[in-house]
Amino acid sequence: MSSEGLQRGYAILKEQIDAPTASYLSSCVNCGMCAEACLFFTETGDPRYTPIHKVEPLKKVWRHEYTFWGRLSKALGLSKPVTDEELAAWSPLVYDGCSMCGRCSVVCPVGNDITYMIRKVREGLAAAGHAPEGLVAATRRAITVGSPMGVKLPALQAQIRHVEQDTGLSVPVDVENADYMLLLSSMEIMNFPEFIAAVTRIFDRTEVSWTISSEAFEATNSGIQIGVSDLAAELVQRVVTAAEKLNVKYVISPECGHAYMAIRWEGPNLIGRPYGFRVVHILELLDELREQGRLKLQGKETDRLTYHDPCQIGRRGGILEQPRNLLRAISDDLVELPGGGMMNWCCGAGGGVSSNERADEIRLRAFNRKKSQLDQIQVDGLVSACSNCRIHIEEGLEHNHIDLPVLSLTELIEKHLAD
Amino acid sequence: MKPGLTVGETLRAHGVTRRGFLKYCAAITSLMALPPSSLKAVAAALEAARRPSVIWLSFQECTGCTESLTRSADATIEELIFNAISLDYHHTLQAASGAAAEAAREQAMHENYGNYLLIVDGSIPIADAGYSTIAGISNRDMLLETAAGAAAIVSVGTCAAFGGIPAARPNPTGAVPVSELITDKPIINVPGCPPIPVVITGVLVQYLTFGLPDLDAQGRPLAFYGQSIHDRCYRRPFYDKGLFADSFDDEGAKKGWCLYKLGCRGPTTYNACATAKWNNGTSFPIESGHPCLGCSEPDFWDTGSFYHALSTPTEAIGEAAVYAAGGGLLIGAAVGAVHQRHKRKAIESHRKVSLDDIDEGAAK
Amino acid sequence: MSDTEFLLLVRGPLFTLATVILVGGVLIRIAEILFMGRKKSLAEARGSEASGGFRVMLSRSVPDADTFHRSGFTIISGYVFHIGLFVVIFLFVPHILVFERAIGLSWPGLPSNIIDATTVITLIAMLTLLIHRIVDPVRRMLSGFQDYWVWLVTALPLITGYFAFHRVGVSGAWMLAVHILSVELLMITFPFTSLSHAFTLWMSRWYNGAVSGYRGIR
Repeated sequence: MSSEGLQRGYAILKEQIDAPTASYLSSCVNCGMCAEACLFFTETGDPRYTPIHKVEPLKKVWRHEYTFWGRLSKALGLSKPVTDEELAAWSPLVYDGCSMCGRCSVVCPVGNDITYMIRKVREGLAAAGHAPEGLVAATRRAITVGSPMGVKLPALQAQIRHVEQDTGLSVPVDVENADYMLLLSSMEIMNFPEFIAAVTRIFDRTEVSWTISSEAFEATNSGIQIGVSDLAAELVQRVVTAAEKLNVKYVISPECGHAYMAIRWEGPNLIGRPYGFRVVHILELLDELREQGRLKLQGKETDRLTYHDPCQIGRRGGILEQPRNLLRAISDDLVELPGGGMMNWCCGAGGGVSSNERADEIRLRAFNRKKSQLDQIQVDGLVSACSNCRIHIEEGLEHNHIDLPVLSLTELIEKHLAD
Repeated sequence: MKPGLTVGETLRAHGVTRRGFLKYCAAITSLMALPPSSLKAVAAALEAARRPSVIWLSFQECTGCTESLTRSADATIEELIFNAISLDYHHTLQAASGAAAEAAREQAMHENYGNYLLIVDGSIPIADAGYSTIAGISNRDMLLETAAGAAAIVSVGTCAAFGGIPAARPNPTGAVPVSELITDKPIINVPGCPPIPVVITGVLVQYLTFGLPDLDAQGRPLAFYGQSIHDRCYRRPFYDKGLFADSFDDEGAKKGWCLYKLGCRGPTTYNACATAKWNNGTSFPIESGHPCLGCSEPDFWDTGSFYHALSTPTEAIGEAAVYAAGGGLLIGAAVGAVHQRHKRKAIESHRKVSLDDIDEGAAK
Repeated sequence: MSDTEFLLLVRGPLFTLATVILVGGVLIRIAEILFMGRKKSLAEARGSEASGGFRVMLSRSVPDADTFHRSGFTIISGYVFHIGLFVVIFLFVPHILVFERAIGLSWPGLPSNIIDATTVITLIAMLTLLIHRIVDPVRRMLSGFQDYWVWLVTALPLITGYFAFHRVGVSGAWMLAVHILSVELLMITFPFTSLSHAFTLWMSRWYNGAVSGYRGIR
């Protein structure tokens, strides 16, 4: 059983290795600087969480399969291949102790994109059957039900009815030829329906032609998090099919980090073709509308605010300026977190960590980094653009008995819509 | 000249003043890097030393070593010191010839068996005995025979000490140094092509006064060969400052900058040239603008061009690198293609990962 | 074998051999990496790969403030030792002459006593990094035989070079030969160990930067 899993995992790892991987693995000098860049190391002090150490199984496969000396020593029976036990032992390191935040990748002095490789390690581990139970279950729900949290269409429809009642506006569903098709994360549907209301009001005021697809409204992609490209592709394909069927020009990725990574950057590569539409993040769109003068804002926040960059949107996604432009329009007292922007510290729950119960403890320990940062800057409110970040930060604050509002940037903007 | 006299008696007989003798002793003392306070001891010991019987054998040599010692313009103190030994056989210098000359050697050997000093210049051919003979005796046989009764051997010149030019590649005569044939006698190597005259006599003085000197790994007296040319070179400050002559007639050469780039062997050559100098202390090669050739070192003739810096490779590296680059690209492309095929196969045999696949382990 | 013969051997055939292994090895390794291939991204670009690639190739040499604060020791020691190595290898006149003989290019060098001092400073920096590697839990866990081996083959030329320069109590020719031999050991180790980072680093930074460039991350 396990040997079959190992074979499958090994085969996947073999497929994953490309020129960048080979270059990265050739370049590492074990300087250990990536450890200091990783909050799972800094908050636990456990050397096993050193980012480059997490790619050890991939490194072994690379040596074995794609280096001259490795193949020679393999042929001579001199080197040991990766074992199933090893893969199993690495599961907690790459799933519980890594949020794919990408901070190590921008610190590494030789330029290694370590996160890129950990993503590949996950592919191998998942195929070998070593993904954590929580993520497997979430992935199963995403594939079979359509949402990792098991949210079905009727639940969304119920929320839409509430939103329509609250706003007095209609939420367009399955409108063909709309300009924009909005995706939502399950968390937004279940925990933060205010987001849907905010978007509805903003789009009404800015006269954006938009719709939600009843066939593909889920933005998240558990396949990306667990590291199974075949399943991730299936989830992306649902969105693509729906968007192309409705003939929209754009698909909007909502306030969710990895959802943006999935649909914007990985998606076309997963399904093997470019889309017939473009993908924008909600913050990109809002800032564009603001710039065009269509989104008019009024009033300023009186509270001292800070912005927490979701890793996949900021450092890995390139949306760093837009949220700041938007916030500056409504706040005069905006402070940066230490390292805010490109070097922002992860909340600790990204990359599937929050769906993985096995990681509950370490996730809260990792939060200590954000907590000490918040102690440092003393703000009245924290704004972010990822439901997952927000939920985890709220949980972490509560755990540490800190009372600090955690806000959605889109919702905050909506509060300042000019009359 | 009778061997019974002391060195002091002989020198006085030759009209050397006390002042002149002390001056020489002072020079030798400083050359041996002894403290000035030991001058008295050196002078006293030398004065009282018995004139030893000396046999000088010349084999495959150019007579340059003897020339070095004798071809000074005036009679020098060194030359007189040389007179102070009982030179009983030296076929270039002795008056006797033919059978009489050989008889002198045999007599000296017989009379002083076990006590005489043997000086050798020139290397010994062992490929064929006929390459070099004296009075019908091969060099090898004469050396073995004469060495048997010697108290010690001084190998004067690089040929006797290390084989020298006769032993340079391809060494047609199979030339070897004395030390290769004689292993049961103390041998003092006084290399140089030729050696500095004052070093030759200095070694003799040292032997007469203090007995066998301390030697370095090459069998050279440390007193004279303890420091490299480079370490005592007056151009050393230019080396330290990074100022080098790039050619023999550039500004640097005219300003007397370091000759390292022009192939100077100073850093690997151990001799007293920079301190004792040549031609009655006039100068030494570097002073006249030419790099050191390293003539007092083994194999100095075979160290590649004299005019290529010591640190540089001796072979055509650029060319080798070009071939290596071509070969590397070819092999790299071949190995790379194998990897590529390997990966393509892995991708072609990809089986879709299903929910059940990933669930298998999670159930555990 | 006499010292001169030893020196001739290392300056002659062994140096040629080491050069062939170095040059051939580097190209084999580069080809091996490039042949692994890279899929072109099908996602719509927001910026250019080239701008990001070139930017990271340069910018990654300068650590951000927080990283400097956290890994200051590694960064400073690493910088000192890399600059030191560069100075000692490329700015010592006898070394420049080697390059001149090999590739026909020459450039001005630094005074020998500056090189001498740099050698000592470089060795001290390397020693502190070695101690850090042994003492620090992260470095100790990451390090294997290869890491200590490459440290050794990098330190040896510095140590033997220092002694070849000062020739305390040893024959100049012998010490110079040992020095050149230690360099040859470094040359043949270089392409096949993590020392290869000296050239793969530029590829790695390029690949990493190309992704950010493509995504328009600045």
